[in-house]
Amino acid sequence: MSDSLLQDAPSTAAHPLPDWFRKNQKAAAARFDTLPMPTRRDESWRFSNLKAVDPQDFAPARPVAPELAAALLSRSHGLKSPAGSTVFANDRLLAHQLSPALAAQGVLWLPIEEALQSHGELLKGHLLKNTPLLGSDKFLALHQASLRAGSFLYVPKGVHIEAPLQTFHWVAGSGQAVFPHTLVVAEEGSSATVVDWFKSEGEARNLSIAANDLVVAKDAKVHYVSVQDWSRQSVSLHSNNTNVAAGGAALHLGLHLGGVYSRSESVSRLEGAGARSEMLAATVADGAQEFDQRTLQEHGSPDTYSDLLYKNALYDRAKTIVSGLIRVAPHAHRTDAYQKVRNLILSPDAEANSLPGLEILADQVRCSHGATTGEIDPDELFYMQSRGIRSTDAYRLITFGFLNEVLDRLPHEELRSQLQDALKARLRGH
Amino acid sequence: MSLVIHNLHARVVGGQEILRGLNLEIEKGRVHAIMGPNGSGKSTLSKIIAGHPDYEVTGGEVLLDGVNILGMEPDARSRAGLFLAFQYPVEIPGVSNANFIRAALQARLAAGEELEATEYYGDLYKEMDRLEIPRGFTARSVNEGFSGGEKKRNEVLQMAMLKPSYAILDETDSGLDIDALKIVAAGVNAQRGPNIGMLVITHYQRLLDYIVPDVVHVLVGGRIVRTAGPELAYELESKGYDWIKDELEAAATA
Ligand SMILES: Nc1ncnc2c1ncn2[C@@H]1O[C@H](COP(=O)(O)OP(=O)(O)OP(=O)(O)O)[C@@H](O)[C@H]1O
Ligand SMILES: [Mg+2]
Repeated sequence: MSDSLLQDAPSTAAHPLPDWFRKNQKAAAARFDTLPMPTRRDESWRFSNLKAVDPQDFAPARPVAPELAAALLSRSHGLKSPAGSTVFANDRLLAHQLSPALAAQGVLWLPIEEALQSHGELLKGHLLKNTPLLGSDKFLALHQASLRAGSFLYVPKGVHIEAPLQTFHWVAGSGQAVFPHTLVVAEEGSSATVVDWFKSEGEARNLSIAANDLVVAKDAKVHYVSVQDWSRQSVSLHSNNTNVAAGGAALHLGLHLGGVYSRSESVSRLEGAGARSEMLAATVADGAQEFDQRTLQEHGSPDTYSDLLYKNALYDRAKTIVSGLIRVAPHAHRTDAYQKVRNLILSPDAEANSLPGLEILADQVRCSHGATTGEIDPDELFYMQSRGIRSTDAYRLITFGFLNEVLDRLPHEELRSQLQDALKARLRGH
Repeated sequence: MSLVIHNLHARVVGGQEILRGLNLEIEKGRVHAIMGPNGSGKSTLSKIIAGHPDYEVTGGEVLLDGVNILGMEPDARSRAGLFLAFQYPVEIPGVSNANFIRAALQARLAAGEELEATEYYGDLYKEMDRLEIPRGFTARSVNEGFSGGEKKRNEVLQMAMLKPSYAILDETDSGLDIDALKIVAAGVNAQRGPNIGMLVITHYQRLLDYIVPDVVHVLVGGRIVRTAGPELAYELESKGYDWIKDELEAAATA
């Protein structure tokens, strides 16, 4: 069934990719062929609208015409002065840049294909190394088999990168499939912030199967932001893997805006003592959109900390699912693990599903999980109106505030304000 | 020019009557105070004037410079020049104080007009300084985690920014320490003048030492039962409300 999707796998003629990578791609292609499509009967696909996800409807993206490439480049507005910036359209590299000062410190910021060629050994131990745990094995196999675009960031020991590094992934045309990847390797005591913008040219239906690996070494700090702003017809699957060593800290924030069906899987593996992870998501769902979110907070060491906050605002007939599991291994004593899901229902026909889970095998653990679903608070509405704000604007502002509480957790101010702008552009009145 | 409350009857939607024929006229340029026992209907009066949906008016009218505002949405009343400083200000998570006040000012502009940001922040900081509100409060979510006194100052800040023609201050003194009371009173007095009429609801004569009213009313059982000069507040402070209630009963049975 995968023939059409696999025919255009990255060409290896001009730029030889490492053998191990090509071998893995072959194996992944075979896995994609043999693995069954998941069904709603699978625990990790409960409530999902799987009908929306048929890879056969799509073919690997073809390059965009030069005029369009230029237009997309000029529309890739990001930060005023990012530490690095990369733009892809239909999985082809359009532009790439890294601050020379960082390059001089040994920072690598490379398109992933180039990184595979020039620093293959560095990627080998990290790229797609984690076993999928949340149900997307088949889709991740396709991602691996088709992987050609994305960014690789390597931060040497002790290097701190203040400004974020940004990647734009555009998709244009219709029926196109893209497979963006972001791999971040932050060595001991280093820090960096990385943002992926996923954007469509036009309203057509395309497919994205994206994944990222965040490898946070001892005492390192990585903040990763993904903005899923695909067209409203598109199908999006995104898998985040965060591995945190002792004393390290990760933050992943997902802003989910686009797509007709959008699945995000996020796993935090707290592998070393004292490792920390914040897992954040803000979702605006309207029309018939479905946002299917699966998470795992995997505590493998003592004194680890994880904090999940997922917020969904739902209009119309939109649907959200948040299924989250906290798992604390037997020796992971004194773990703190929190999980909060908040749903704001803006229409009687919207549907918010929350499926929390706990598996605690250690002692002296502080865990809490809770999901709440509510509507706009009439007192807040009246307070705003009493200041002259029209009810339609008050609805918008209260909804913004609800989701902005998630964005407020991101320390980088300029990036946060860009996310706020993207969010504002997406919110409706009432 | 005045805010006229004429024979106002109102109740909780589908519930008991709270205001029973209330009459009051607040002229521009004057400050009226209302005192009255707990549960007598002071906050209800202020909320009904502001258009709170929990209450329904069963009789009477409220005229703002001659225009009956009872059919108007709360936001339209505000834009028409009314302001209510809440007894219990509401917290709005995730919305910064600066953005909130900005949205309120923006709502007063014609469609397509944009509030000038530098000018706005200039005005905002000026008023915050006057009320001794630290700059950090612009970025904090509206009223969230504010102390009781900080919430009240924030109400007065909003009033200063919105420049209403009629302002109702519902127990703006409660929760304030002595120093804060002086600051807030000074902030209110700075706004006093020929272009604004004020209604100050309070339980404590102390506030009226700082914001000296032109008229003092007593509200009992959903009606204004006594109106006099500022000396009435002192009398209430020393004697409480029982003597008024007794007089009312005597009059009723006479
Ligand atoms: N929404 C409501 N639902 C039910 N009862 C209400 C409601 N609002 C007001 N009431 C009742 O109406 C009466 C007047 O309340 P109100 O808050 O106006 O009193 P107040 O004079 O402001 O009192 P205080 O001095 O304690 O602030 C009280 O008995 C109160 O319980
Ligand atoms: Mg009251």
